[in-house]
Amino acid sequence: MNSLVHQRCRVYTTEKVTIRILEEWCKGCEICVDVCKKHCLAMDILGKVKVVNVEACNKCLLCDVLCPDFAIAIE
Amino acid sequence: MFDYHEYFRSEMMPHMWCKGCGNGIVLKALLRAIHRLGLSKDRIAMVSGIGCSSRLTGYVDCNTLHTTHGRPLAFATGLKLARPELTVIVITGDGDGLAIGGNHLIHTARRNIDLTCLLFNNQIYGMTGGQLAPTTPEALFSTTTPYGNIEPNFDACRLVQAAGGTFVARGTVYRAIPLEKLIAEGIQHKGFSFIEVLTTCPEIHGRRNKLGTPAEMLQALAKTTLPTGVIHQASGPEYTEAYDGIIAKAQGRT
Ligand code: SF4
Ligand code: SF4
Repeated sequence: MNSLVHQRCRVYTTEKVTIRILEEWCKGCEICVDVCKKHCLAMDILGKVKVVNVEACNKCLLCDVLCPDFAIAIE
Repeated sequence: MFDYHEYFRSEMMPHMWCKGCGNGIVLKALLRAIHRLGLSKDRIAMVSGIGCSSRLTGYVDCNTLHTTHGRPLAFATGLKLARPELTVIVITGDGDGLAIGGNHLIHTARRNIDLTCLLFNNQIYGMTGGQLAPTTPEALFSTTTPYGNIEPNFDACRLVQAAGGTFVARGTVYRAIPLEKLIAEGIQHKGFSFIEVLTTCPEIHGRRNKLGTPAEMLQALAKTTLPTGVIHQASGPEYTEAYDGIIAKAQGRT
């Protein structure tokens, strides 16, 4: 992500993967939560996505590809 | 890693599509296809009509034209004739491209002009108020069919193939990586390329017809009985080249 957008993301990271969430763009559709077979994601009380298990992420990229709002990125 | 944000007009983002709307997934696939082909933003022109999907041209940092309802193919034809060196991509919806602009669609296909047309099929007129589209399945409800739709719907791909389009494909937002590949193939094809994208309108269409959550609507697309992938590919004279031939003849150069 370009640096400006980058700074506004919430970042979850391990040696294998970095998950960035651009919370202000997340509309809370829950598509990413549903498609993640590893149960890495969940909704918070404000209806925004959060990462609950970054260790389990196997970088399948499904959430990254299917989020309609450009709000989640896997690196 | 690929960064979508490089392709945006940042002051226009985030986009206005509803929560869970499939249009954002198509936009992603399109940007990845453009990136994959290594096309420069300055060499692309995107032309759209009116409707939810047609808002796309406001967000991308290419040369863009947001035109009148149903007419993007007519504007794109003029643009391509004047600037044949540009890669011209047309963004339209099922209401825009098949109903209001249906006549433009068949004649653009017939001419085989080198445009790539992405038709977002979400089965409804979303932005204009949830009216029946020619793609709304039978028995479903819309604001103009409160007792259920009695009209058979269109198969857009068969229509374009019959009219003379030389690249006809169908993808879904559920299978977004194959969709990206279809878009890239369509852009590379010389002649009229038509890609119907089965997408979702969870807000106006999904709610009224109780089609489930945005994720359930996406997953339902995997079960479509319509053929997907490249449906038809052929070669034939391309319109701007044929037109150049006519100019040369008129100028006495041939
Ligand atoms: S898919 Fe995108 S917009 Fe939807 S909940 Fe997940 S991060 Fe938010
Ligand atoms: S009305 Fe439907 S198609 Fe339009 S933005 Fe909302 S969900 Fe998408």
